Amino acid sequence: MDIKSIMIFLTAILSATIRFATPLVISTIGESFCERAGILNLSIEGTMIFGAFTGFIITFFTRNIFFGLLFSFISGSIIGLIMGLLTITLGRSQHVSGLGMTIFTTGLSFFIYRLIFGSPVNPPTVITLNNFAIPFLSQIPIIGESFFNQSLLTYIAYLLIPITSFIFFKTTFGLNLRAVGENPESADSLGINVYKIRYLSLIIGGSLMGLAGSFFSLVQFNMFQYGIVGGRGWICIALVIFAKWFPFRIFLGAFLFGGIEALQLRLQAIGFFKFPFQIFLTLPYLLTIIILIIVSRNAEYPSSILKPYRRE
Amino acid sequence: MTNIENNVLLKGIKKRFPGVNANDGIDFYAKKGEIVSLLGENGAGKTTLMKILYGLYTKDSGEIYIKGRKVEINSPKDAIDLGIGMVHQHFTLVNPFTVAENIILGLKSNKLIISIETVKEKIKNYMEKYQIYINPDVKIRELSVGEKQKVEILKILFRDIDILILDEPTAVLTPQEVNELFKTLKILKEEGKTIIFISHKLYEVLEISDRIVVLRNGKVSGERDPKRTNKKELATLMVGKEVFDVISLTSSKEKDTVIELKDINALSYRGHVALKNVSFNIKGGEIVGLAGVSGNGQKELEEIISGIKKPFKGKIYFKNIDITNKSPKERINFRIGRIPEDRMELGLILDLSVFENLIVECYDKNNFSNKVFLNYKYILNYSKNLIDEFDIKTPNLFVKTKTLSGGNLQKCILARILSMNPEFVLAAQPTRGLDVGATEFIHRKLLELRDKGRGVLLISEDLDEILNLSDRILVIYNGEIMGEAKRGELSKEQIGLMMTGSKKEELHV
Amino acid sequence: MFNLKYKIVKREKTPSVYFQILLPLISIFISLLISSIFLIIAKINPINAIIGIFIGALGSKFSFFETIVKAIPIILTGTAVAIAFNSRFFNIGAEGQMYAGALGATWCGLLNLSIPKPFYILFAIIIGFLLGGAWATLPAYLKIKFKVDDVVTTLLLNFIMIYIVSAIVYGPWRDPVSNWPQSPNLPENIIFPIIFPKSRVHIGIFISLFSVLFFYILTKKMKLGFELKAVGSSEKASNFLGLNVSKIIIISAMISGGIAGLAGVSEILGLHYHLVDNFSPGYGYTGIVVAMLGRLEPIGVLLSSFFFATIITGSQVMSRVSGVNVYISDVIQGITLLVMLSILLFTEFEIRRFK
Repeated sequence: MDIKSIMIFLTAILSATIRFATPLVISTIGESFCERAGILNLSIEGTMIFGAFTGFIITFFTRNIFFGLLFSFISGSIIGLIMGLLTITLGRSQHVSGLGMTIFTTGLSFFIYRLIFGSPVNPPTVITLNNFAIPFLSQIPIIGESFFNQSLLTYIAYLLIPITSFIFFKTTFGLNLRAVGENPESADSLGINVYKIRYLSLIIGGSLMGLAGSFFSLVQFNMFQYGIVGGRGWICIALVIFAKWFPFRIFLGAFLFGGIEALQLRLQAIGFFKFPFQIFLTLPYLLTIIILIIVSRNAEYPSSILKPYRRE
Repeated sequence: MTNIENNVLLKGIKKRFPGVNANDGIDFYAKKGEIVSLLGENGAGKTTLMKILYGLYTKDSGEIYIKGRKVEINSPKDAIDLGIGMVHQHFTLVNPFTVAENIILGLKSNKLIISIETVKEKIKNYMEKYQIYINPDVKIRELSVGEKQKVEILKILFRDIDILILDEPTAVLTPQEVNELFKTLKILKEEGKTIIFISHKLYEVLEISDRIVVLRNGKVSGERDPKRTNKKELATLMVGKEVFDVISLTSSKEKDTVIELKDINALSYRGHVALKNVSFNIKGGEIVGLAGVSGNGQKELEEIISGIKKPFKGKIYFKNIDITNKSPKERINFRIGRIPEDRMELGLILDLSVFENLIVECYDKNNFSNKVFLNYKYILNYSKNLIDEFDIKTPNLFVKTKTLSGGNLQKCILARILSMNPEFVLAAQPTRGLDVGATEFIHRKLLELRDKGRGVLLISEDLDEILNLSDRILVIYNGEIMGEAKRGELSKEQIGLMMTGSKKEELHV
Repeated sequence: MFNLKYKIVKREKTPSVYFQILLPLISIFISLLISSIFLIIAKINPINAIIGIFIGALGSKFSFFETIVKAIPIILTGTAVAIAFNSRFFNIGAEGQMYAGALGATWCGLLNLSIPKPFYILFAIIIGFLLGGAWATLPAYLKIKFKVDDVVTTLLLNFIMIYIVSAIVYGPWRDPVSNWPQSPNLPENIIFPIIFPKSRVHIGIFISLFSVLFFYILTKKMKLGFELKAVGSSEKASNFLGLNVSKIIIISAMISGGIAGLAGVSEILGLHYHLVDNFSPGYGYTGIVVAMLGRLEPIGVLLSSFFFATIITGSQVMSRVSGVNVYISDVIQGITLLVMLSILLFTEFEIRRFK
């Protein structure tokens, strides 16, 4: 193997890694908003599926991919709103609310899809988001091609990281949000509107999760099908803990998981595995559990997580 | 009295809680540039009064004047707007945040983007002015308890308040930190601010106050100038004269030592040392009363004897067996009975039915169950007997325990424990919040235990209860045992003095 | 008159039995109502659709038996989840535990032992129970030792077990004859006999009913049931009062996972006769909805299981006949869970009028 082919291989792997990491980044950042405000949002998987569905269907009928992206974003925010109703206003269990929303939105997505399209042999497809290269940056060997020749969603993911960091640590809203997640009683006694902030966190989080979902139907694949999100929402739950709720660490974690997926696919294509490849599909989940074990011992969850806030 | 000199004026404040008159027509005033101490035992009404002033409680009747103007205070926000700030016993800080972030949290003047540098400048000015020094970049969780309190105070000062209420501020401070606090308070006083200092520590109160107001049983029992009074007089105002019902106890037939504590040292959940070298023993056939104001280590002591907390140093023995590391279940099997202070969260499982709570410590014993199945016939019969014997008012055995009233809840716990024939009983605040009938019932049962030759440790804030029932009295203050006295050996005032910081040797006996 | 204000206030008395029974019924009604909205948007007549679902499931002898066949695994997963939830071990992993049980039963079958059928079946049941129980004990242990959230771990383990099964049927246990991704057909002497001729109802129904009976005896008569209830109500008080909270949670997990495992055993040995990829359309998750709707009580779980079995079977029938596709049952399940969750608010709080 000569230098050139190694470089090509490396570029391909890195490029795939970034691609696969993109929805994880966007979605996990969404979840970090919710959790930093004290809400464990388990509707993430369902929101991503619903986002994928909405993105697909709007793009299909309007023939405009940007409307698709927009509506996936909006649909996510609506789900966030409903989650808020359940967990904040009604104060119900965050676990069950999230699960229930996932079951509901997943079922709804497939129900509507089936209603409109039936089960055709060749499922309908849409145009996908094209990659575009950023001038100058994409000329850098290896890194340039893989990092800076991607779809819009990836660039959004890149931007989200410093923006979220800034919001969390340099704005009053971020300060209040984090205070609400740690000690809602104190925040309340200082005049901060705990309920409003939690609602906002769910709406922001939900929108990002919906947007992340559209990656699957509009970038990675060009259709909507059972299994395209494939449980990645649950991986995000662990990712956010692994990253200790910090945006830059979220990127690192997503990169890791994206890398595993990219590598696994390549090896599978080569026929590297003698053993059925499904075993390697368990890797992300196994890794997630191991991460949870390591991190949970010292995890500094936002202290008020899982407890609905009620003024005495 | 509505002269402008007074920052605070409270007239005829009344506040009732179910069963108790917390504030029974209290008049109170505090001037500008004055430090007033509010002295009193637990339940005297001082925290209630201040919580009314700070808007956490609403008064039933009475008037409040701030700076000469009549006002209504319905929430802490109202209080803050009026220039009143309160430093509570439990801090309201956000642990992972820095000092600076905590100070600016919730300020109306916060802009969209935080500029920490500007904030830090302002904080430094305040620190200089009030002589409170703390690194603004340090995270709260890395601070000592005393330093956390400094942040709480800075936080309040930042909001430009004129009236500062401090609720037992020195409970968690080292002597050095107490000095620093007093320095700061004096600076605030020079500025014309009003400081209301709630405490039960006499020598501190005498040192820092301009005026002392003593509350007892919801009323003002006296007001003194610290220069013209002494500890003895204050203690008497706090605990009252020596008029109480002496239950004539039969002379105790003391038996062997049942429980012994040796050099117990333990931390509180907040991280400071709550118990310091505590040693004492309890023999069969006696009631030992532990007197003291709440918050001086009683909770930690209760947890260690109950088996849900381990000391970091020291040992506890039951009849010469080292039980320091034994689980609650093992202690139950040793026939140690525990009546916890927290009835609702520890003593009972409220969602279970009454009979289930009555047998929850013995359901696994012989007649109550075999290896797999519960013997309901036996259990229900047993429970019915307990309900009759202890006169527990409940419609039937099957209702959920949470439907019972306070006195009956306590009777359930008592019934459960006594039915297991314990060798030793720890009774922590057993009659708190109960009516006369229930209280007398529990007292009787404790005396019966004593007469049967069992050992009892009674932890109570109610000094009269302790004086009535105990063969021996221990006094705890700041996590240390101040001294031991036999029944009748010391007067109520003397015990009051020990409860507020004097060692037994210092008393003029 | 318009000065009346409403206030939401904590309930003082626990609600009566009638109220407890009324709640699930109201939930069902409201969720069918909400589902109707989606049907109307889809230009389907909701009344026809819903009635069609019920008739489809219960109308004929054959479909009635099919409903029972569906109910078998749902009763088991519902019971499993209810037992776990009662002790506050949030077992979302019934799906994975079911697959673990299926794996165990298949392994037994592939041993090709020549023993009498009753013993062979019993053997498979025990193995399936143990494997399912083990798969639930792992997350319980993690919760106790490392404080890892049980909801997330049980959920993740679902995916892992499903992939493991998938890998096995594509790999080592792949049927050499047909080369399809499924195990070889299991020997006749391990297959569950059919009870009603010309139907698919197998003895798994007895296993299911027995589990519900066990659930009943557990909670009402057994020492362990009492301990589970205590820990589920208050870990803090239970610990103070001498109960071994960790041990009790682990046992709860073992039993819960084991019963979920039996669902897998039952599907493989009673219905499919070989191990196959994705044999479950989500029964493990249906079990959660069933447990909640059934108020974590044995009789409630039994009735809810039949209700959802009816919905699932009925929507399958309807999908062949009309425009209502099978996913309507998932929609109804999700909505029911959320409605039930919301309505449960009223067991803790009530709306009071005051002037």
